[in-house]
Amino acid sequence: MTVQTPNGFTLDNSGKRIVVDPVTRIEGHMRVEVNVDEQNVIRNAVSTGTMWRGIEVILRGRDPRDAWAFTERICGVCTGTHALTSVRAVEDALQIRIPENANSIRNIMQLTLQVHDHIVHFYHLHALDWVDVVSALSADPKATSALAQSLSPWPLSSPGYFRDLQGRLKKFVESGQLGPFKNGYWGSKAYRLPPEANLMAVAHYLEALDFQKEIVKIHTIFGGKNPHPNWLVGGVPCPINVDGIGGVGAINMERLNYVTEIIDRSIEFTNQVYLPDVAAIGSFYKDWLYGGGLSSQSVLAYGDIPEHANDYSAANLALPQGAIINGNLAEVFPVNLRDPLEIQEFVAHSWYKYPDETKGLHPWDGVTDPHYELGPNAKGTKTNIESLDEGAKYSWIKSPRWKGHAMEVGPLARWIVGYAQNKPEFKEPVDKLLKDLGLPTSALFSTLGRTAARALECQWAADKLKHFQDKLIATIKAGDSSTANVDKWEPKSWPSEVKGVGFTEAPRGALAHWIKIKDGRIDNYQAVVPTTWNGSPRDPNGNIGAFEASLMNTPMADPTQPLEILRTLHSFDPCLACSTHVMSPDGQEMAKVTVR
Amino acid sequence: MVQERKPGILVLGIGNILWADEGFGVRALETFHGRYRAAASVSLLDGGTQGLYLVQFVQEADYLLVFDAIDYGLEPGTLKIVQGDEVPKFTGAKKMSLHQTGFQEVLSAADLLGDYPEKLALIGCQPLDLEDWGGPLTAPVRQQLEQAADIAATILGQWGAPCLRRSPGESVAPLLGNDIDFASYEKFSAPPEA
Repeated sequence: MTVQTPNGFTLDNSGKRIVVDPVTRIEGHMRVEVNVDEQNVIRNAVSTGTMWRGIEVILRGRDPRDAWAFTERICGVCTGTHALTSVRAVEDALQIRIPENANSIRNIMQLTLQVHDHIVHFYHLHALDWVDVVSALSADPKATSALAQSLSPWPLSSPGYFRDLQGRLKKFVESGQLGPFKNGYWGSKAYRLPPEANLMAVAHYLEALDFQKEIVKIHTIFGGKNPHPNWLVGGVPCPINVDGIGGVGAINMERLNYVTEIIDRSIEFTNQVYLPDVAAIGSFYKDWLYGGGLSSQSVLAYGDIPEHANDYSAANLALPQGAIINGNLAEVFPVNLRDPLEIQEFVAHSWYKYPDETKGLHPWDGVTDPHYELGPNAKGTKTNIESLDEGAKYSWIKSPRWKGHAMEVGPLARWIVGYAQNKPEFKEPVDKLLKDLGLPTSALFSTLGRTAARALECQWAADKLKHFQDKLIATIKAGDSSTANVDKWEPKSWPSEVKGVGFTEAPRGALAHWIKIKDGRIDNYQAVVPTTWNGSPRDPNGNIGAFEASLMNTPMADPTQPLEILRTLHSFDPCLACSTHVMSPDGQEMAKVTVR
Repeated sequence: MVQERKPGILVLGIGNILWADEGFGVRALETFHGRYRAAASVSLLDGGTQGLYLVQFVQEADYLLVFDAIDYGLEPGTLKIVQGDEVPKFTGAKKMSLHQTGFQEVLSAADLLGDYPEKLALIGCQPLDLEDWGGPLTAPVRQQLEQAADIAATILGQWGAPCLRRSPGESVAPLLGNDIDFASYEKFSAPPEA
């Protein structure tokens, strides 16, 4: 049957159905079903997931000042960004103003997360969708060295270095213990890099793994510990003591200098390794411009990184805020998270109940009432689904919409908004990269564009880190060491009923928490996370979400090896860790892959 | 005479405390911390669901002891102790560790970077309920926490780092603050969905 969606996609579910199904999860799992036509082109896509559907149940009745510690556990990857969003929501509700230093330190924490997450995402969760590890074994180390030196001044590039690395890799593969590399479709026609580029990328995979531990030391310094750094409503929990005596754990000049050094190394790694790698890989996939999905029409960014404390208006945010709809880049709409008519969540195709499911609910009035049932055309049982019925309820993810539009969020959305706003710091790097690759602007709206935008954002974030670090040091040197405002710490100073919203740009996209506080306790708490936007099922009008849209019309080299599906879904950096099975149409297991 | 350095030991709890029996690893670590004072060469780490980000801690450890929820298809609450080379094999063979193929990946990544722990042990527990988001540990799993902590103490003793049993009423700095410690968390947790 062929269906035309209001957001412009033609869905045809008559062809062979391929199911990519999870076996495990960290924060939630994800399953994708697609129908392919006789040429193995995807003509229908159905994305479903389990998400943390009960944060409000967990938080109701608790102290709002502790909410960050719970939300930090929602996700294994963006712990800090949930914590930051939570403290902002509470501060918004209680109208607490934070000191300038706290704003700088929070920005440093958040930008550090962006840099860390983008590097780890690219090298450890995504690169192997483009890079064939096994092919690297047949590379010529000398030619690899020549390639690396032609791309970047990065010093780890001698023939001997690549020879040693290849030897280690060979030993590892021969031991039968492929470890991190085990879930690949090595040798697939969908891989395009020559062996030398593969070997270089594998070398950088290992270098990035080694380097990422340095980046998170910034979290340890400002957050007291890592993983799970500490946060504080009203500021940041780290006192500043530049003289370096007394105050265990206080920030002194020595620690600040250490942070500066890590930032410099992050800038260097991004400029000399990450970006050249993305450009080099991109040059071999220039004609694989699938996966754009919603990005060419509807994107949303809340904005983040306030230059000055306590001002969350678009003009004060370094990361852009705005919404683009219907592909009209000439008009960027403002976004208001408080307006009950802008952001609404629908459940017509989600396993929840609303009194009226044709309507959406703003998160302040959000309801999470589970209702698990399979549609009449689903196959299998409730505990063992063979295939879903997308005409009915089919996901634990709700469908958030902005003024009724399905939106893509994430680095690509942010960069498109910044580009459309003609901000040079976003537009110029995009134009340069496209020019270097010989690609038109439209190439941005693709899986490759999403991956490239993340790399450009990593570079941007590393530079911004430097800016806020310099600003922090300058403020401290001028004698201001204040990091927290505890005037409204005591609940007796709070009004009896208030509500607030906090937002950030998580590495994987726009994130917001809405809170209602009653008599000093949490009365309602709703979080709409980036993967809810991107991974949402259809809405009552039939609009498909960003994941689903991104898979449409992509040709698959071999449907039993869903490399193209994984490549595109991974490019969103979904905050669902998903080990998945590939199932044949009759439900028999054929292969195992990992989707994240 | 050169003084021999004591091997650094990491005791790691893995899991999502917001997700019923998925929280076993972290809660077992918390229980261990409440019952025993570990030797100075031992560090405790609540690894949450950090996955690959734990690689540096694994790299730094000479010996590694892990608490985790595992699925061996056993009776709920059954403890399973695996040591040495069996640990990565077990976590990788099937969906043994519920935290992604992940922990095996973390071990392999440490191996690739050339820093694999000399000794390795896993104290796993078979969960009953993993679907109850926001729910507490189920009774069969909760009942095993002290046993799991005692086994950890025994293993650490065998590794040359004997633990001291804390005296009743000893004040212990909490491993998890801000209301997410075991007692505070369970106090508010919703009962499992029907």
